[in-house]
Formats: sequence, C-alpha cells, structure tokens
Amino acid sequence: MSTAVDDAAAELVERLLGGQRAALARAITHVESGAAIARRILQAVQPGAGTARVIGFTGAPGVGKSSLINAVIREFRSRSKTVAVAAVDPSSPISGGAILGDRLRMGEHGTDDGVFIRSISSRGHLGGISATTAQVVDLMDAAGWNVVIIETVGAGQSEVEITQIADVSVVVCAPGLGDDVQAIKAGILEIADVLVVNKADQPMADETRKQLVAMLGLRRAERRNVPVLTTVATTGEGVDRLVSVVEQQCQRYPTPKRGQRPHKRLQTLIAQAAARQLQERLATSNEAMIHDLCTRVSRGELSIDSAARTLLDAVLK
Amino acid sequence: MNHPQEPTARPIKILITKIGLDGHDRGSRVVAAHLRDAGMEVVYTPPWQEINAVVKLALEEDVDVIGLSCLATDHLLVPKLMQALRDQGLAHIKVVVGGIVPDEDEALLLDAGVSRVFHPGSSLDDITQTITDLAGPAAVPDEDR
Repeated sequence: MSTAVDDAAAELVERLLGGQRAALARAITHVESGAAIARRILQAVQPGAGTARVIGFTGAPGVGKSSLINAVIREFRSRSKTVAVAAVDPSSPISGGAILGDRLRMGEHGTDDGVFIRSISSRGHLGGISATTAQVVDLMDAAGWNVVIIETVGAGQSEVEITQIADVSVVVCAPGLGDDVQAIKAGILEIADVLVVNKADQPMADETRKQLVAMLGLRRAERRNVPVLTTVATTGEGVDRLVSVVEQQCQRYPTPKRGQRPHKRLQTLIAQAAARQLQERLATSNEAMIHDLCTRVSRGELSIDSAARTLLDAVLK
Repeated sequence: MNHPQEPTARPIKILITKIGLDGHDRGSRVVAAHLRDAGMEVVYTPPWQEINAVVKLALEEDVDVIGLSCLATDHLLVPKLMQALRDQGLAHIKVVVGGIVPDEDEALLLDAGVSRVFHPGSSLDDITQTITDLAGPAAVPDEDR
C-alpha cells in the first residue's frame, strides 16, 4: 500500500484528535464505506478511545426515541457535557437508499457547537445498528466528546446488538403497547439497563409502567434491579431523573468498559466482522457455480444445506 | 439507476432542506423519496432551517450534495448560504436548487456557485441523473481517486 494513504490517515487523525469537526465527519465517512484508509484511522485512534460514556437508546418505531434524545442532549448540555449522537435509520431493502430523519427531532441543537449529530444508514445490516456503528462510536470517543448517544433503528424484539457497544442501554416504551405477555417475552426488554415509559402524559402510561415492574418481579433476583422511569420527551418531564440514573449506571464501570473490553464481547465483534467479509465474498462469487447449484437444488438433486456447503468450500478455498 | 450500490461503493449522501420562511414541503418530500429509491442516502429536514444550522448539518453529515427547495423567494438567501459554506471550508459540496426561481434570478444563483437550478416541469429522472453526475467524483473515497 502506498504511503500516501498512511500520510492522509495520519493527517486526518491529527485533525480529528485536535477537535476539528470536519475531520471527524470525514473519518466517519471513510469508516462507513470501509475504505482502505479506514483501517489506519481506526488503528490510530484506538489509544484515544475509551473515555466517553456510551449510551444506547432503543425501542419500537414511534415510541419517541429521537424526541427523548433531544431532551436528554439538553439535560447533558446543562450539565456542561458535550454530546455526540450516532442516529441509525433503516436502509431500503429494495434500493439500498435511506431517508435519514432522526435529527429533525433534534433541531433545537442545530447551531450548538457542543453537539455533533451524525445520521447513519443501516446499509442492510439487521440488529438495530449499522455494521460500523461500533467504529463510529470509537471515532467520536477519540475526538473528545464526553457523551456518545446511539439511537438504534426502530427496533422490534430482537434488535439487541446495541448492548455490545453501549455502557448503558435504555429501552424506550410507549404507553399501551401490548399486554403483559408482551412484557415477559424474551428480547429487547431483557437487554435494558434502564426502562423508560415515554409519552407518560397519556392515559395508559401508568398501566404500562406497572406491567414492566411486574415483569421484572418474575425475573431472577440478580436481574430484577432495573429502574423503570417515566418521561414526557416533549416537555422534558422526567428527563433530569433519567440522565441522573443513566450517569449512576455508568458508575458501575470504574473506567468505561470499552477500554478493557471483555474478550467475549470482542469475540462477538470479530465474528461479526468475519461474517460480513464472508457475505461480501459470497455475493461476488462465481455466478456460473451459483447458477449450477440453483439448478441442482430445484431438480431435487441437492439440499440447500449441501449447496451452501459447496459454495462455502469454493469461496474459502 | 434503481439498483442497490455495489457493497464496496459508497452511496451518494445528499441533504434535502429548505431555508427561509416558506413551509411548502411537498416538493422536497417527493424529491427526497425519489432519491432514496434511486439508492441515495438522504438526510431530510423540515422547512425553516437557519443558514448556520444547514452548514453545521452538512459538515457533520459529510454530504456530497445539498438540494434546496425554494418556492417563495427563499432562493434569494442562497448566495448567503454559499458564502457560509465557503467560510467553513465546505466549497467541495455541490448545491442544487429546485422550485420557483424566476429566470432573471437564475444567473444570480449560478454566479454564487449553485451547480444547477431545476424549474417547474423538471423530471425526477433528470434531477437524479444530475445529482449523480455532480456527486460522482466525491462518491469515491479520497485515496482511490
């Protein structure tokens, strides 16, 4: 590889560490697109990462995640913290394009230099975030932002990857979403470090809060201790308490845990990266062979599993 | 045009927004949806954006192109926006304007650095193609140029 790329990476990282917003923005673009320069950038910022508090917000579409984050930013700003936001929106499964509209609910911070908001397309990745969100967070962290907030796509019951990145995961619910059976199902509610019932000015809010508390009561004792809070994002009600609880939860880790990430978590991240690389290679592999496999499977000569194994063997060879 | 991008290519990133006091956002929504369907990543904002907010947003999102919808003399603010972009070192971002721009004002916008003005009757395909051409070189990561 040319040293020109090395020089470009070093120059960009120097500006990023110096607090230049444009450098952070450009570094994120490189990392998102997986350019050759991205690896060098990430390598160079690693030592600087690990001091930001990373907070994840997840929940179903329409529960008010963006509006709540808007209010949470306001609260952190009043506590003199700088805030960077990575807001993930879904990409179209048809065209690959995306409408990135999360930040339109955060407009009140539109000219505040203590706030950096970046919209991220999931680019086909499932799990609630994009494949490179963890790296984007590292960049924001290294660039010196005190608090990094991740907003997932409107998540259903299984988009739980956020726990692999965030120090604290906040699961946002809205009043009247389902009965108490929904509340004891496996999935998104289980990953919550903090549960929030937003839109608490609506009639069903207290009912929903009680259902969540009852759900926690059915858990094993050591997993019962999850605060259930109520907020009204549009008025800011309950947001100061939410931020205090989140900050308390962060204290569980004497130093933020990404600085000393457990190997189990890194193992997951590495396996995901490997799966991504494999998928890219599969997508660009031998068309003639895939055509042949399809023909044999449709004739009933081959099972889908054995066809997959044949393809894998060919790609990994 | 309507194909997903290759996994290694970066999708074009565009900001669709409105400055000034006009609130008619039907046009910007139609264009935003069409560009999404053409595989672009579209950062969309409601109308009434301040120029400073648009500049900050374009910088943080690292967009290739800004598309402004101007229907009620807001196009007269565009030269101010162009200057603000240059002041922030964002001269590389291409700017297009669509909507109601009197013919005699078009030169004013082009002189200020606007790449293209789309008048009533412009086709969505023309808009998409123009934006794709404008973003072309920028869509390739720096070191591969």
